[in-house]
Amino acid sequence: MAEARVSYAPTEEVTLLRNTAREFLDDRLPIPTVRELMMTPEGFDRSLWKEMADLGWTGLAIPEEHGGAGYGPVELSVIFEEMGRMVTPGPFFATVGLATPVIMTLADDEQKAELLPGIASGETIATLAVFEGSRDWGLEAIETTATRDGDRWMISGVKKHVLDGHLADLFLVAARTDDGVAVFPVRAGETGVGVEQVDVLDPTRRQGNVAFEGVAAGRPLGGGPAADGLKKALAMASSLLANEQVGGAQRCLEMSTEYAKTRHQFGRPIGSFQAVKHRCARMLVKVEHAKSVAYHAVRVTDDEQEFAIAAPLAASVASEAYVWAAGENIQLHGGIGFTWEHDAHLYLKRAKTSSLLLGDPRFHRQRLGDVLGL
Amino acid sequence: MSDHDLERVEGLIRQLLEGHPPAETPDKEFWGAQYDLGLAWVWHPEGEGGLGLPRRYQTIINRRLVEAGASIDNRARNVLGIGMGAGVLTTHGTSEQKQRWLRPMFTTEEIWCQMFSEPGAGSDVAGLATMAVRDGDEWVVNGQKVWTTLAHLAKWGMLVARTNPDVPKHQGLTYFVVDMESPGVEVRPLYQITGEAEFNEVFFNDARIPDANRIDAVGAGWRVALTTLMNERVAIGGNTVPRGAGRIAEAIGAWKEYGDGDPVMRDELVRLWAEVEAARLTAIRADEMAEAGIPGPEGSTGKLAWADNNKAVMSFTLELMGLDGTLYPGGYQLVRPAVFEGRPPQHGFLRTRANSIEGGTSEVMLNILAERVLGLPGDPRVDKDVPWREVPRG
Repeated sequence: MAEARVSYAPTEEVTLLRNTAREFLDDRLPIPTVRELMMTPEGFDRSLWKEMADLGWTGLAIPEEHGGAGYGPVELSVIFEEMGRMVTPGPFFATVGLATPVIMTLADDEQKAELLPGIASGETIATLAVFEGSRDWGLEAIETTATRDGDRWMISGVKKHVLDGHLADLFLVAARTDDGVAVFPVRAGETGVGVEQVDVLDPTRRQGNVAFEGVAAGRPLGGGPAADGLKKALAMASSLLANEQVGGAQRCLEMSTEYAKTRHQFGRPIGSFQAVKHRCARMLVKVEHAKSVAYHAVRVTDDEQEFAIAAPLAASVASEAYVWAAGENIQLHGGIGFTWEHDAHLYLKRAKTSSLLLGDPRFHRQRLGDVLGL
Repeated sequence: MSDHDLERVEGLIRQLLEGHPPAETPDKEFWGAQYDLGLAWVWHPEGEGGLGLPRRYQTIINRRLVEAGASIDNRARNVLGIGMGAGVLTTHGTSEQKQRWLRPMFTTEEIWCQMFSEPGAGSDVAGLATMAVRDGDEWVVNGQKVWTTLAHLAKWGMLVARTNPDVPKHQGLTYFVVDMESPGVEVRPLYQITGEAEFNEVFFNDARIPDANRIDAVGAGWRVALTTLMNERVAIGGNTVPRGAGRIAEAIGAWKEYGDGDPVMRDELVRLWAEVEAARLTAIRADEMAEAGIPGPEGSTGKLAWADNNKAVMSFTLELMGLDGTLYPGGYQLVRPAVFEGRPPQHGFLRTRANSIEGGTSEVMLNILAERVLGLPGDPRVDKDVPWREVPRG
């Protein structure tokens, strides 16, 4: 198989975005603020959303004709990586990482013109309402139905694990029609939409159960069934998530390394003990590998064949690397790492839940094995 | 890449191929001409097999030569000389030494080996005990080296020996080039767990080395050795292979023959494939970042990952084979291996055990990553300021 040459060296835009993101998050969403927000009922401060939109982040990968900046997944991935470092709370992944790729992949021009400008401007928080069964990442068992009623559709069913459902203005609802699964845009204010926030393992990323009781909807995205497109959009979402995971894993490595240099036991910095320094070195290797697959995935999204390999590769490797690094980080900190006061648990919670949101590593490996013909 | 330099290189390649058509020219003669034109190690100075150009031009040269049907097998045949010895000579050698040794090294007329490790000095190679004592214009060497690749074919050996036991270990070493055919040098095959002898033991009994064959100053041996080891670790694990090539191909072969669709085995196979691919993409990313002038930690993880992955993949391959994994086709032959390709997975299972030992153990690699990349403090070294003679050994 001939390999397309992929460029990893950061462009000027990427460097600028990274610097801006780091400054903004350090200033407006430092970890103490994250910890305050995670104890609030909503888990987020909507005024921050406006600020992110003003920085151009919500529309970064939305075409200019629809009010965005017209960049691609490479530029967008940098924002996710930086947010991952800071376990940034809020609906950025739901809106920009999940809902936007679904719209970009499935919607026709008219629907894009209707839905994307609001996301780009920060007016709309959107999310994907897709999962029902707890391990149905392959979307085999969707029971929510959409039945035609003249030129309208009626949607009925309950969606679970809807990311930031309690904040969303717009739901993209996957529902079964006679012709297959289609995705319907539904405004949160429609009659029959009921959102119930659920308690989550990672309080920096909220979920809701969303009931649709005979909710009226317009045309589905792209006008018809969209199971394949939906899976493609989820592959894009998992590649962006992989970059967020990389940022978190890198931060775990940094926390561990810093602590190993300063914490003294037996009259020495603990980082001078091989039992400790080898753990750090192994974290480094895993984190670098996770970066490689995550960076690769967002660079080959236009190459269908390569992306079919790159997306599940990134999702499985980055997921395992982050969960492992977050666990090692706690172990390396010892007792203090197990306290509520220390930040290590924020990363463990984010890591474990992220590795389950769009498919566990085994699910992604199954897909990878299929693509590889194994 | 400057157009002018590229044109110059292209012109010299043409000159080489026209003057010495690969199909009609014996390999050694071709490599000699390649050396004389400065296309052997393009980054070396002119007159030393190079043109003083960046290393990346060598990639172009090698590709063009292969396309034209020329052999670049000399790099494999004389891997320690061309891969490591040449770097040592250009960095530390005198002009006489370079003139004497570089050309026949490149043509493979003279094969090289490297003698660092000893039975009592593995990871702590600076603690080595082979002694060289000055006697007029010569040095008299006594001691034993081990794990010496190609020693049985080599004309020259790179030797690190202790010339002063009364100073701390790193300060008392000197680097020599030994004539492996000289009296007092005895090479014996060292049989490894595959039954084969890829390596040798070398015994020195009053072997004599002219002082003219000393590389750099007396006592500077550790510095020279570090140049060699650095080149070694670049040579191992820093190469990018095509996707799915290498040891993982053996696992996939076994999966197709034995796997029978077992979902548990398949998950493990894909997990290993993903690990290997992640390491491969890391090597590619490292190359590109280095080329762009921003080398980062991704360039240092390759050797460790390569060793871990190879061992895991071959162990899993035998599991896939089930009871057939318990066989050893062809049996154990106590010989020097003639071929390294096409061996059964059981051989690979055994051979890969060395991957985390040779060229720096994985534990040493982890220390290097932790201390040099992450900046963690070093181990306390109890032998650091102690004369070598007083350090406990065994």
